[in-house]
Amino acid sequence: MNAVIPLSAQLINLFASVILLLAFAMLAQRRVLKLIDLFALQGFTLFLSTLVVAVKTGQSHLYYSAALTLTLKAFLLPWILHRLVRRLHVKGEVEPLINIPTTMLIGIALVMISFNVALPISELSSSIARGTLGIALAVVMLAFLMMITRRKAVTQVVGFLSMENGLFLAATSATYGMPMVVELGIALDVLVGVIILGVFFFQIRDQFDSLDIHHMERLKDN
Amino acid sequence: MTFSLSGFLGQLFAIVLALALAPLLTGWVNQCRAWLQNRGAPPLLQPYYMLHKLFHKDVVLAHGASSLFRAAPFVIFGCMVLACAIIPSLSTDLPFAPAADALALVGVFGLARVFIALAGMDIGTSFGTLGGRREMLVGFLAEPALLIVIFTVALIVQSTSVATIVETLAHRDFIIYPSLAFAGVAFTMVSLAENARVPVDNPATHLELTMIHEAMILEYSGRHLALIEWAASLKLYAYSCLGLALFFPWGIAERDNFLALLAAIPLLLLKLGIGGFLLALIETINAKMRIFRAPEFLGTAFLLAVLGMLVKLLLENRV
Repeated sequence: MNAVIPLSAQLINLFASVILLLAFAMLAQRRVLKLIDLFALQGFTLFLSTLVVAVKTGQSHLYYSAALTLTLKAFLLPWILHRLVRRLHVKGEVEPLINIPTTMLIGIALVMISFNVALPISELSSSIARGTLGIALAVVMLAFLMMITRRKAVTQVVGFLSMENGLFLAATSATYGMPMVVELGIALDVLVGVIILGVFFFQIRDQFDSLDIHHMERLKDN
Repeated sequence: MTFSLSGFLGQLFAIVLALALAPLLTGWVNQCRAWLQNRGAPPLLQPYYMLHKLFHKDVVLAHGASSLFRAAPFVIFGCMVLACAIIPSLSTDLPFAPAADALALVGVFGLARVFIALAGMDIGTSFGTLGGRREMLVGFLAEPALLIVIFTVALIVQSTSVATIVETLAHRDFIIYPSLAFAGVAFTMVSLAENARVPVDNPATHLELTMIHEAMILEYSGRHLALIEWAASLKLYAYSCLGLALFFPWGIAERDNFLALLAAIPLLLLKLGIGGFLLALIETINAKMRIFRAPEFLGTAFLLAVLGMLVKLLLENRV
């Protein structure tokens, strides 16, 4: 039936599916620290899939971006987030706005939509991993959903980073990655973004004694 | 389909092996669980001693018990034996296999569930009714997830017969199916729920607030209880074999291949041993959920199964 798919494409498909699985696991996760661990795992899977694409196509800049993914998304960012959560004494439980089964149902609908939207686009691409474009789009959508449905600032940041993972997957699967300069720029942006948001966390907590961003809806100039 | 003598003998052997091995698997899981929890382990053969003891005891029937209460253990036991006969554990040459494909297999499990729930309610004790209701709640959530898992595999193989699925998956070029990863996770979750294992039910407890399976069989005694316990072991064995057949089919013998059949026995024991240990590990590292979290757990299983099917349609349908 489909015995002609090369092993590398099979591996990329597998890793992309694992990334999607982890995105769902993050959506279902109730504890902040576990959420960060899942994010680290997603980063590591992303590194593996980028590595496979790099080995398959032999493009040197993909090796760099794979290394960047590994250090940044699998180790550095989760470590920073872990420290932040511990320093901020965030309560263990994440409080979703919509209950988790409903969120998951919406998630499935989003996956269907993204798969359908991505299908004609990926037909145009000629890369070995073009099938994963739909998955990448789905990961982005699920990360959006997580940012929308969660109340705490930390979870929203994790959602934001997970979205970046999805975009990165889309870039590698559709066009074998972005130019090196762009990738470096994005990596730096993400790193700086997390550090700045970390500072914000402290400010928000000092102001409201909570990381619940709903308090910010009542902000007024006095 | 030809009805050969070797096939018939193989079928008979598979059933006898299932009957003999199922309590051993339960004993192995209990032993691993005890080790992992730093308890003294019961002997490996403890389930056999249990069955032996129960078969020699007299049956005590409640006053209100109808004939359904007496018939249920036999029906449940029969369903489980049939399930074990259909699922290829050693060889795919099973003359009984055309009797029921994977979908009918789910129906066989469903029939057993209905009977055990009815028997629980038949006596009219509050525990039995409570257990029966909870069992049906878990069942009606677990069944669609199991069906979707089977649909995913059936889409890959283009057949719903378990024997054909195993034959096709085991004896062709190795291809990584990402959809099977999703289906595998979903199947594991469903099996935990269906076999009354820890995140959903605790097989070792008689605490009234949490028990599901135990609540339904409280009134059973003697040989009836023995049959139900044996059927529970067989169900665990059947689910393990189904999981192995769908996701790790390598080593199951083909038609008319006697040597492979001999090699399949130690391999099956090894796979079941590892599977049992993993089950004990899952049960140890997870805490029992509140009953109202069970729908969420099984809903997740269902969604994963659907996701597996979607991934199958997206990634694997084009060449």
